[in-house]
Amino acid sequence: MNKVLSSLPKHAALLFASFLALVPTIFMISTALKTEQEYAVDKLSFPRMPVLENFRAVLVDSPFLWWMLNSLILVAGAVVISTIVACLAAYAIARMEFRGRDTLLAISTSLMAVPPIVMIVPLFVLYSRIGLISTYQGAILIYAGLITPFSVYLLTTFFRTVPNELFESARMDGANDFVILLKIVLPLSAPALVTLLVVNSLYVWNDLLIAIIFLQDDAKRTLMAGISVFQGRYNNQVPLTMAGMVIASAPMLILYISFQKYFIRGLMAGAVK
Amino acid sequence: MNRTSRLTPYLYVAPLVLLMAFVFGYPLVRIFEFSFKMVRGIDGPWIGLRNYQLVLGQDLFWESVLHNLQLLLAIPVMVVVSLFVAILLYERVAGWKLYRIIVFVPFVLAIPIIAVVMKRMFQFSGPVNEVLRWLSLDFMALDWIGSSEVALWTVMILIIWRESALGIILFLARMMSLDESVIEAAKLEGANWWQRARYIILPQMRGVIEFFVVVSTITMLSAVFAYVYVIGGGRGGPGTATVVVEFYIFNALIRTSLPGIASAASVMLFLVSVLLIFPLFRARRRAALDEATR
Repeated sequence: MNKVLSSLPKHAALLFASFLALVPTIFMISTALKTEQEYAVDKLSFPRMPVLENFRAVLVDSPFLWWMLNSLILVAGAVVISTIVACLAAYAIARMEFRGRDTLLAISTSLMAVPPIVMIVPLFVLYSRIGLISTYQGAILIYAGLITPFSVYLLTTFFRTVPNELFESARMDGANDFVILLKIVLPLSAPALVTLLVVNSLYVWNDLLIAIIFLQDDAKRTLMAGISVFQGRYNNQVPLTMAGMVIASAPMLILYISFQKYFIRGLMAGAVK
Repeated sequence: MNRTSRLTPYLYVAPLVLLMAFVFGYPLVRIFEFSFKMVRGIDGPWIGLRNYQLVLGQDLFWESVLHNLQLLLAIPVMVVVSLFVAILLYERVAGWKLYRIIVFVPFVLAIPIIAVVMKRMFQFSGPVNEVLRWLSLDFMALDWIGSSEVALWTVMILIIWRESALGIILFLARMMSLDESVIEAAKLEGANWWQRARYIILPQMRGVIEFFVVVSTITMLSAVFAYVYVIGGGRGGPGTATVVVEFYIFNALIRTSLPGIASAASVMLFLVSVLLIFPLFRARRRAALDEATR
């Protein structure tokens, strides 16, 4: 009994923190289910008669699903390229001796601290000249580059923890480096790879800066660029806008709730970069 | 045989080197070059320091620098909030895992989405002001988005709300690696919550707090574009109230098509971020050192 009483203030504080963390989500969902008229007179309480009309209007009038598909293509492309490049490099850095190894790792790690906006100007000028503006491949290349330093850093750290004996016995069996990487190191690295998948996918999916500069064509717009246009267009229709935001945030929220273990592990590892 | 094996490492790192050279190397060389040129289209004549003179002589540039500096004020608040919540979670009260899932939500939601939602919540006739009036705090019911004196503070509230979740994640990860027997012993000795937090947990958090402060400084100076783009209606508004350096560069490049000006500002921002790399590395090393010597 005493124990329960003593933890009461802690619960109160945590409930308050949880409330603050969830308020925008609750407001977003609750408002999306209201009509414009109901929102005009009552902004705070839950909808009396929930309506789905706003969702229908958003899905019919705005290309949300198309934007999501674009974002998904970019996430897939960038994450696959970055993972392959980083696995190869991290394996060499962690398990091989060569000149310039430490310098390479130091440079790659430093690049994590360079703000993406700094790289924009020359890439934009170059892309305009060679016709890569508003192409998937152009944007994928930039995203892959931006997320790779962290991938290399994380994988190098992880590969170094793989016990030496595993390598030696594999080498005795005549396996070359590529086979060792593929058959021994990668299966052991599943946790690190899942972390990378989470951190990198969130980065590309959530990015706005690269998306609005390099994908200006309507047909190539990502979800994040799309919603910033969408919200300006329906500035005064708050319930409609919120329905759009519910649809836009649904994929990540659903993934987060279904795979919390991996997300939390990924977020924690991603934070310590 | 020997030669191929000496070449092997380079084959493995070649894709990385190429990718980094393209996405980081090429732009970093070119911004320096462009910053001394009057670039029209894809290239232009050398003009010495004119771009820098133009940028440094422009009020808007200094105003945007000041805005970035003002955002630094959010960091102490983020540290305190994150530490407090992280310690509470670390105590593992009943249901702590559920609380943890909830307080991480701000970090999972994308910045543009959350900025759109907050913008509607903080509208002059929006729900936040309605609650404030209901609480008879009418004097606090400000024009959060539409007033040029308040808008940047609203951006700051939003940043604190989201980035504190990162702090919680980071601090909690560090706490979970602490030696629990010391804390248990202190509990048995009768140390209360505050004493345990203040004298046992906090001293061991120095490194990770420093790390969070450095990372947040980098964020405030160079990674708040998505926040201000949405809150400022794509124009850094109202007026120029939410223009930050990133937005200044974006404007110079996209709206006024002056890559030379944008490059001069980019070079300065890059140099600032280089200065911050050293504290970042030191803080990371020290954070790792704590772990090694615990």
